[in-house]
Amino acid sequence: MADNQKKITVTYRILRYIRKYAALVCLSLFLAVVSVVASLAIPVLVGNAIDFVIEAGRVDFGKVSMYLCVVLACAGVSAFSQWLMSQMNNHITFRVSRDIRNEAFRHIQKLPLSYLDKFSQGDIVSRVIVDVDTFADGLLLGFTQFFSGVITIFGTLLFMLVTSWQIALVVVLVTPLSLLVASFIAKSTYNMFKAQTEARGAQTAIIDETVGGIKVVQAFGHEKASLENFDKSNAALEKSALKAIFFSSLTNPATRFVNSLVYAGVGLVGALIAISGGITVGNLTSFLNYANQYTKPFNEISGVVTELQNAIACAGRVFELLDAPEMTPDPKKPAAPEKVEGGVEIRKLSFSYTKEKPLLQNIDLSFAPGQKIAIVGPTGCGKTTFINLLMRFYDPDQGRIYIDGIDTQTMSRETLRSCIGMVLQDTWLKNATIRENIAMGRPDATEEEIIEAAKKARVHSFIVRLPKGYDTVVAEMGGDISQGQKQLLCIARLMLCLPPMLILDEATSSIDTRTEMQVQKAFDTLMKGRTSFVVAHRLSTIQEADCILVMENGNIVETGKHTELLAKKGLYARLYESQFAH
Amino acid sequence: MKKLLKYMKGYGKECVLGPLFKLLEASFELLIPLVVAGIVDTGIGAGDKSHILKMSLIMVLLGMIGLISAVVAQFFAAKAAVGFAARLRHAVMAHILHLNYTQLDKVGTSTLITRMTSDINQVQNGVNLTLRLLLRSPFVVFGAMVMAFTIDAESALVFAGIIPILCVVVFGIMLITMPAYKKVQQKLDSVTGATRENLTGVRVLRAFRMEKQEVSQFAEKTEALAAGQLQAGTVSNLMNPLTYVLINLAVILLVQVGAVKVYTGVLTQGMVIALYNYMSQILVELIKMANLILSMTKAAACAGRIQSVLDIPVTDGENAVPELGGKVEFKNVSVSYADAAAPALMDVSFTALPGQMVGIIGGTGSGKTTLVNLIPGLYTASEGSVLLDDRDVNTLGAKAVCQKIGIVPQSNLLFAGTVRDNLRWGKEDATDEEMIEALRLAQAHFVTEEKEGLDTEVEQGGRNFSGGQKQRLAIARALVRKPAILILDDSASALDYATDAALRSAIRSLDPMPTTFIVSQRAASIRHADLILVLEDGVVVGQGTSEELLKTCPVYREIYRIQFPEEVTENG
Repeated sequence: MADNQKKITVTYRILRYIRKYAALVCLSLFLAVVSVVASLAIPVLVGNAIDFVIEAGRVDFGKVSMYLCVVLACAGVSAFSQWLMSQMNNHITFRVSRDIRNEAFRHIQKLPLSYLDKFSQGDIVSRVIVDVDTFADGLLLGFTQFFSGVITIFGTLLFMLVTSWQIALVVVLVTPLSLLVASFIAKSTYNMFKAQTEARGAQTAIIDETVGGIKVVQAFGHEKASLENFDKSNAALEKSALKAIFFSSLTNPATRFVNSLVYAGVGLVGALIAISGGITVGNLTSFLNYANQYTKPFNEISGVVTELQNAIACAGRVFELLDAPEMTPDPKKPAAPEKVEGGVEIRKLSFSYTKEKPLLQNIDLSFAPGQKIAIVGPTGCGKTTFINLLMRFYDPDQGRIYIDGIDTQTMSRETLRSCIGMVLQDTWLKNATIRENIAMGRPDATEEEIIEAAKKARVHSFIVRLPKGYDTVVAEMGGDISQGQKQLLCIARLMLCLPPMLILDEATSSIDTRTEMQVQKAFDTLMKGRTSFVVAHRLSTIQEADCILVMENGNIVETGKHTELLAKKGLYARLYESQFAH
Repeated sequence: MKKLLKYMKGYGKECVLGPLFKLLEASFELLIPLVVAGIVDTGIGAGDKSHILKMSLIMVLLGMIGLISAVVAQFFAAKAAVGFAARLRHAVMAHILHLNYTQLDKVGTSTLITRMTSDINQVQNGVNLTLRLLLRSPFVVFGAMVMAFTIDAESALVFAGIIPILCVVVFGIMLITMPAYKKVQQKLDSVTGATRENLTGVRVLRAFRMEKQEVSQFAEKTEALAAGQLQAGTVSNLMNPLTYVLINLAVILLVQVGAVKVYTGVLTQGMVIALYNYMSQILVELIKMANLILSMTKAAACAGRIQSVLDIPVTDGENAVPELGGKVEFKNVSVSYADAAAPALMDVSFTALPGQMVGIIGGTGSGKTTLVNLIPGLYTASEGSVLLDDRDVNTLGAKAVCQKIGIVPQSNLLFAGTVRDNLRWGKEDATDEEMIEALRLAQAHFVTEEKEGLDTEVEQGGRNFSGGQKQRLAIARALVRKPAILILDDSASALDYATDAALRSAIRSLDPMPTTFIVSQRAASIRHADLILVLEDGVVVGQGTSEELLKTCPVYREIYRIQFPEEVTENG
C-alpha cells in the first residue's frame, strides 16, 4: 500500500513537470485525434470504393477514383499529424528530462557536504543520468502510444455501437479483463523494476570507482580481483534485470490471450445470434474485425503501463535525490560587511563528523586582522576539519565563528567564501581551459590580470609552452601535467582574486623547492595585511607565524609563537626536531 | 555491432528458440481466420450449434498455445538479451582494466562510464526487441506477399514493388539517424562528465562560489543534449508516417488495378478485399517494426561506441609473474607524450642495485612521476630500454611486473570496503599478522588503535581518512606484499617530518630491503639515499650521493641550501 501511495506521489510529481508544457500536450492530443480519425476512416473509404467494384463489367471507375482520392488525402493528413505529434511528444519528453536533470544539478549545489561526502558519487551520477534516461524513454512511449491508443479505443467503440449495440456491449464488458490482467502484472513488476534500478545504481557505483581509480588498480595488478568484484554486481544486475524484463514482457501475451477469449466469445455469441437470424454473416465478420481493432490498443496501453512502472521506479530514485534535505538556508537578510578586515574569533566551538567520535571540543580562539596563523600537527590531527568549519562546508555542532565580530552563520555562504581564498592539498582542476580555471574566482578578469596572476604563481612559462597556451583544455593535457603544476594553477587562481583572508592547506606540498621559494615570495606579499591560515609540514615556512596552533587527535594542544613553543619542549618541539632526524 | 555478436555465444539456443516460438505464436494467430471461416461456413451455414461451440473452443485452445509460445519466446529473448549484456559489460570492463596509462589518458573516464552503463543498456534493449520481433515481422510481411501471389500474380507485383521501397525507406532512415544517435550519446557523455566533475570538485567549486556558473554550464549541456535528441528524433519520427503513406499509396494502386481487373473479369470483388486485407496486415506489422527499428538504430549506435572501446589494442598479454631480484637499469630512456611539444624525459641512464635506496628530486613537471612509472612498464619508453634484472620490462609485461612491485602513487586513492580489503590489494592472501606488520611499517598505527582495527570501514576514495592517513594506508598496501621494488611517488608529502623519517628507517630495517625509489620535494627525505637523481625539465642534471651532488650539481646544492640553511653554511 505504501508502495502504491509512493507511486501516486511520484506520478503526481511527474505531472507537475509536464504541466509546464500543457499547451504542447493539448496540441499533441489534438493531433492524435486527427491522426486516428483519419486512419480509422481509411478502411471504411476503401470499403466504399470496393463496393463500386462489383463484378465484370460493373465497375464505376469515377466513384472508385473519387473515394481513392479521399483515401490519399486522409493518409496524408494522418501521416502529417502523426509526425507532428511525435515531434511534440519528443519536445515534451526531452524538455522534461532536461528540466529534471537541471533541477537535480541545482539541488546538488545546495546539498550539504555531509551528504555528498557520505553518498557514493557513482550512485548520484546514475540517478542523474541513467535513471532520468529510462524515465524519459517510458514517458515518450507513454505519450506516443497512450494517447492514440485511448483515442483508437473510443473511435472503434463508436463505429461498433453504430453497427450493433448488443454485441458492442459484450465487448465493452469483457475487455476490461485485459486491463485487470495488465494492472496485476504491472503491480508485481514495479518491485522488480525497483530492484533492477537499485542493482544498476550499485553497479554504476562500482564502475565509477574502478574506472575512476583505474591507474591504482593497474599499479597493483589488481585487475583480476577488481573484475571479480565487478562481476558480482554484474551477476546481481543480470538476475534482477532478467526478472524485471521477463515478467514485464508477459503483459502483452497475457492481454492478447484475454483478447482471443473475447474474440472467441464474440464469435460464439454472434454465431448463435446469427443462426437465430438476429444478424447477418456480414455483420458478424465486420464485428469480429472491429473486436480485433478495439482490443489492439488495449494491448499497447497495457504494454505502456508496464514500461511506465519502470519509468516511475526510476523517477522515484531521482526524486529521492531531489528530496535530500538542503543545507540550512542562508539567512533572509544576511549580514554583508562592506569591508572585511579579517579578524577571526572562535567561541565555544565543538564539532564532530559522527556522534561517536568527538573531534574539536569547546574551542576559544581569537586572531587579529592580518595575522598569520599556522596549523601544524601530526598527520590526521584534524587540520582539514578546521578548514571545513571556517569555509562553512560543515557547520559546528556548537559555538560560533565570528569574522570582524559578525557571526558567520548570519552571513550568506557566498559572502563568507568570497572573503576567503583557498588552496587545497587535493589539487582539482575543472575540465575547462587553463584560462577558465585561473579566472574561476573572478570570471570578469582581463587577460592581463590572468597572465599577471599566472606569472606570480610561476606557472606562466609552463602555460605558454602548451600547444594552445591559455586555451588548452585540462583533459587534453592528459598525463602531461604533474601534481605540482596543478597546484601552481590553483595558486594562480588565488593570486587573481586577492580576498582579505587566505587558507593555504599544504598549498605547496607538490611543488619543488626552488619554485616554492619563488612562489613563497609572492605568497609573502599576498599575506601582508591578510589574515591567513596556513597548514604545512615544512616548519621553516611557518616559523614566522604570529600564532601556531598545534593539533593532535582532533584537538588543539598548544598555541603560541615558534620560540615560545620550542621552549615548551612539547609536541611542537618534537615535530621540529624530527625534521633533521634520519 | 557485428563484432559484438561473439558475446552472444552460449545463447545460441535462446536466440533460435526465442524467435521460433514467436513464429509459432504468429502462425497460430494466422490460423484464427480459418477457424472463423469454419464457424461461418459450416456452423452458421448448416445451423450446427455444436460445431460452433467446438470451433470456439478450438479458438480458445489456439489462444492458450499462443500464450504459452509467447511466454517461452519472451523468456528466451529476455534471457539472451540480459545474458548478452552482462557478458558484454564483463568484456568491456576486462578490456578497460587492461588499457595502458596513455590510452586511459586519451579516452577519459566519464565516457568509459557512460559506455559501460547507458550504452550497454541500449544494446540490451535492442537485442531483446530484436529477438522478439525481428523474425515475426518479416515473416508476416513476406507471408502476406506470398499469399497475394497465390491470389493474382499481376496484382501481387504491387507488393513486390512496395516492399523494396519500404526497405529502402526503413534502412535509409536508420542510416541517417545512426550518426545522430551517436552524437546524442556523446552529449550524454558530457552531461555525465559535468555531473561527476561537479561532485569531485565540490569543495573548490563552492570555495570559489562557482555554483551559479556550474548550473548554467550544466544547463547548456542538457540543452545541447535535448537539441541533439530532437534532431535525431525529427528524422526517425518520419519512419511511421512515411511507411504509412507508402502503404496507402500501394492500397490505392491495388484497388485501381483491381478495379480494372474486376471490370475485365479476371478478379472478383472478394479477391480484391483479400488483397487489401493482406496489405493492411503488412501495415500493422510495419508499425510494430518501427519501434523495433528505432531501438535497433539506437542500439547499433551504442554498439559502435562500445566496439570502439574494445578496439583499442591491448598489448599486454598474459605473462608469467616473474621473480624479481630488484635490479633496475635505465639505458638511454626517452619518453614523449602523444601531443606534447617537448619530451617528458630525455636520455636517462642509471643503475639501481638490489636493496639500494634511490632518491629522485627535481622541479615541478621535471618528469619524476614519468620516470618511476616506467619501472613497471606502466608507460612505455619511446626510446631506450628499462631493464629489470637485465630483462626488458616490456617483454616481462607490465601486468605481471606490477604483481611484484609495490607502488604508492601520488593520488593515494583507497577503495570502498574495509582496511583489510584495501590491504589485500597488495597481497590477496595476506594474513592479519602480515597486514598489521605492514601497517606498523607504514606508521599507520591509527588503524590498530581503532576499535574495529583491520575492519575499519573505508569509504569511496578513502574520503573518511585525512590526506596523511590515506598516504600511510596506501604505503601499507604496497608494503604488505613484501615487494622486490618499492616506489614511493611523492607519497610522504602529507606526512610530517617525524613520520616521514620513521617510515624511511622502517623500510631500511626490512630484510631483504626492497630496491626503493623515493620521489620527493624534500631534501631530507632523500639525502641519505644510495643514489640521487636530480631531474630538471626531463633531463638528469646530476646523479650520485648527496655529498657528491653538493660538490658537483648546482641545482641540488640550491635545493639543499634552501632546506638546510644552517648545514650548508656550517659546511661552507
